[in-house]
Order: sequence, then structure tokens, then C-alpha cells
Amino acid sequence: MKYWISAAVILALALGVALSRINEYFFFAGFVVLTFVVLATAWNILGGYAGYVNFGTAAFFGLGAYSATVLFKWQGAPLAVQIAGGALVCALLGFGVGLLTLRLRGIFFAIATVAVIFICETLMVNWRYVGGATGLQLLRPEVLAPFETYTRMLFVVMALLAVAAVSTARYIQTSWIGRGLRAIRDSEEAAEGSGVPTLKLKLFACTVSGALMGAAGAPWPMYLSFIEPASSFNLTYSVSALAMPMIGGTGHWIGPVIGALLLGSVQQIVTVTISNEINVLVVGVLLVLFVVLAPDGVVGLFRKWTRYFK
Amino acid sequence: MDPILQVKAVSKHFGGFTALSDVSIDIAPGERFGLIGPNGSGKTTLINCISGALRNDGGSIRFEGVEVSGLAAYKRTRRGIARSFQIPRPFHSMSVLENLLVPYEYVVHLKESDAEKQAMDILAKIGLAEKAHAQSNQLSQVELRKLELARAMAAKPRLLISDEAMAGLSGSEVDEVLKILFDLNASGITVIMIEHIMQAVMRFSQRVVCLDAGKIICEGTPASIVANPDVQRAYLGA
Repeated sequence: MKYWISAAVILALALGVALSRINEYFFFAGFVVLTFVVLATAWNILGGYAGYVNFGTAAFFGLGAYSATVLFKWQGAPLAVQIAGGALVCALLGFGVGLLTLRLRGIFFAIATVAVIFICETLMVNWRYVGGATGLQLLRPEVLAPFETYTRMLFVVMALLAVAAVSTARYIQTSWIGRGLRAIRDSEEAAEGSGVPTLKLKLFACTVSGALMGAAGAPWPMYLSFIEPASSFNLTYSVSALAMPMIGGTGHWIGPVIGALLLGSVQQIVTVTISNEINVLVVGVLLVLFVVLAPDGVVGLFRKWTRYFK
Repeated sequence: MDPILQVKAVSKHFGGFTALSDVSIDIAPGERFGLIGPNGSGKTTLINCISGALRNDGGSIRFEGVEVSGLAAYKRTRRGIARSFQIPRPFHSMSVLENLLVPYEYVVHLKESDAEKQAMDILAKIGLAEKAHAQSNQLSQVELRKLELARAMAAKPRLLISDEAMAGLSGSEVDEVLKILFDLNASGITVIMIEHIMQAVMRFSQRVVCLDAGKIICEGTPASIVANPDVQRAYLGA
């Protein structure tokens, strides 16, 4: 109950801010941070709960964006349909990646997911309909009332997606599915031996995680009014989606949210004040620091402190 | 009485290596069955085939009259075959109690409150009650072995396969685990024990089979197995 009230308050706040007179740049940056909340949360469902490190976030993100583009160009589909389409296509991709877990574990699974990025990117580069390597300019449709600009609307849409993603992750964590996924992470053989249908659960986690990543990518063509393969399938999405839960804490649904808000905001600030190139360095340094000093992330640190001061 | 487990002409190859060839065993309901053999003789491969961690290449495995050799491991657990692992594989991110809740949730389908109560009963019986809320990665070796057995019991099996539950334990600890297995058997559970500690197997089993290089070399009462020249050769070398 407390959770749903907070979620409603956050959404109302996002809407209120979007209707206020705050500078447009806030929404431009906030949209990116919220995208990372969705990506990190989605990553954590498979990577954090089940222990399968997916390095292919960029593939899902990019494919979500391209699915939306195709729907928009082909049918002039509205944003909600674009998002649903992106989620559906990436759910299918997630199912496919889930089948890889049959044979690949640990580092081998991670490498295979990197390959998925290159496959998707190559396909898009060679597809004329979506502009190939040069990309495609897109004309945004009219913004819906009561929003003043399209970016403000996208900000609220992404806030909605973030709440949906976090709620999904929270449900999975606290339900029987979550315990099964944790059992898989700890020992797949023992999980099977305890009656856990490991393949089914892994496929479920991959599919849900993929769908959420695709949904996060779908509004991006509208956000940029442009789409192009190299940036859509950029490896930094994979790195960030992995680093954020690590920094926030992978065991709890709030972990990726904290990590994404923290790292996402720092990245935005660094981009503006120093340079875009420094971004990756910031991610790297923070990741190393956390892995060494706080392997359970911010959530782990917090738990340790509360135990210490009790 | 019909056997609870019927292994018929089972074989298993890893590449060119034959781990099991033409192994047949019948196990009666309620039996205490011992499986011995030198290192690499195929004991663990055989129980992996029975529990579903591996698929056998040939032959059939019937449990309570039903062919199970095509089933995934979790389905066999749900049918009533549980096992403990030779190297303990606790769910290390969970407490001892939570470890038991996994099979309760996935096999027995109990509500969490009921499951907790029953899990505590098992832990009390096995002597882990005061560790119920300890993190399972902080347990000692003997406690880990007990946890393996407790988790297997939580799945309410009718056949329990204990894979070297006593390896590396001290004399008194072996007695403790042995007593647990005797009690389980007394409650009606068929037990297959795989063990290197001869005294334990011989004391526990009503019938023993000895594997060597993937073949059954002899079968009989504990006393006859010890006296068998083939067994002596397999263990000591000719």
C-alpha cells in the first residue's frame, strides 16, 4: 500500500512538474535519467535476480527504438502503440536470448548477448526502409493536451514506464517467482532438484526484462526526431544498464532505481559541465569503486549502517 | 511388490567415454540401498541420470511404474525423487529456513506460513533449528550436509538419494547423519545411499551394489559384498 501511494505521488509530481514553467532542459535531461531507471530495472530482473549477466541491453533498446520507427513510418502509429510494439518485439527477442541460457552460462552467456547487439545493428544498417546507416529524420506529430511541448509529454510517459517497470520488478522480487530466480542464481542444479522449473523461469525473466528494455527504447526516435544505428545500438547502454544496478544494489528492486538516478544524474551533469566523453570514465570509475568497496551497492551499505547503529 | 524404482539397461556416454553401460537395478519400496564403487566408477552419473540432472543415452528408468527418463529434473522432484548433492549446493543468498521454503513453494505448493511451520519441524528433527535464520553461507561442513538432506526432505520425496552425505565428516558426525537417514527410512522413504565410508554403507544398507568402470560388478548383502573378490580387486587393485 505504502508503495502504491508513493508511486502515485511520484507520478503526480512528474505530471505537475511537466505542466509547470520549469526550464525545458530539465525534461530533456530527466527523460534520459528515467530511461535509465527503466533499463537498469529491466536488466536487474535477469542479471540481479537470476544472475544471468545480459550485456545486450543496447540490442533491446535499439530494437525497441527501431520497432517504434517502423510503426510510425508505416502506419503513423501513436506513441502508445509504438511503445507496445517495441515491447512486443523485444519480448520475442528476450525469449530467444532466454533459449541461449539452455547451453550458456556465466561469461559465455554475456558474450553471446553482446553478439546480439552486432546482429541487430548490422540488420538495421542494411535496411533501407529505416534509413540504413545514415538514419532517418522523423517529424513529431502534434503534442497532446495538456502538454506544452513534446519533450514534456515524453518525460511524463517515461515516468509512467519507470513506475510500471519498477512495479513489475517489485512484484517479481516479492513473489514466488523471485525466490525461484534467486535459487537459480545460487545453484541451478539445486534449484532444479528443489522442483524449480529453471528453464521456464529464465525464459520468463528474459522475456519480461527484454520487453521493458524495448519499451524504454521505443520513445527515443520521437525524443530525438531522428534515428540512426550507431547511437541506437551504442554499447554504453549495455554498460550503464549493468553498472547502475551494481552501484545501487542488485538484490532489491530499489537498487537499480537508486543507481540509475545517481549515475544517470551524474552523467547528465558531467556531459554539460565537462564533456560527453568523460561519461564512460565516470561510469567505469564508480563501478570499480563500488565493486571493491561496496559489493552490495548502496542498498548493501545502507543495510550495513542501519545494522551498525541499531 | 512392484519396485519403486526400476533402472533397466541404462547407458551414458560422454563423447567416447562410457560412463555407464547396461546398468540395471530394481529397488523395492522402503528399501535401504547402498551404491558403492571406486572413484570414477559412475555412481554419481547413475544418480544424475535417475534424478534428471543428466539424460541417459539408452535404457529406461521407471519410477513408481512411470517412465521418467525423458522428464526434466524438476518434474522428477515433483514426482517424488529428491536428492542431496555430493558437494553441498545451498542457496547461499538465503537463510537456512528459506532454503527449505523453495521446495515447499515449488513442489508441495504450500502457503508461506504453513511452509515455515513444516520447515521448522524438519529443521528441529535434523538438528538445525537454532540455525534456521542463519545465512546458509555461514554454516559448517556438517551443517551444510544436514541442510542438503533437510532441503531434500522438504520436497516430501518417496525416494531419497543421498550422494556422499558423509564425506569429510568426523566419526560422531557420521553417526548423526546416519541416524537421520535411518529415521527417514523408518518413516517410509526409500533411501539410496552413495558413500565411500564403508562402515556407514555396510551398517545402513540392506542391499549393496558395487559399480566399477560403469558396470555393476556385484550385488548382494553388505557381508557378501565385502567378501567378494571382484570388489576387493576394484578397490585395491589386482
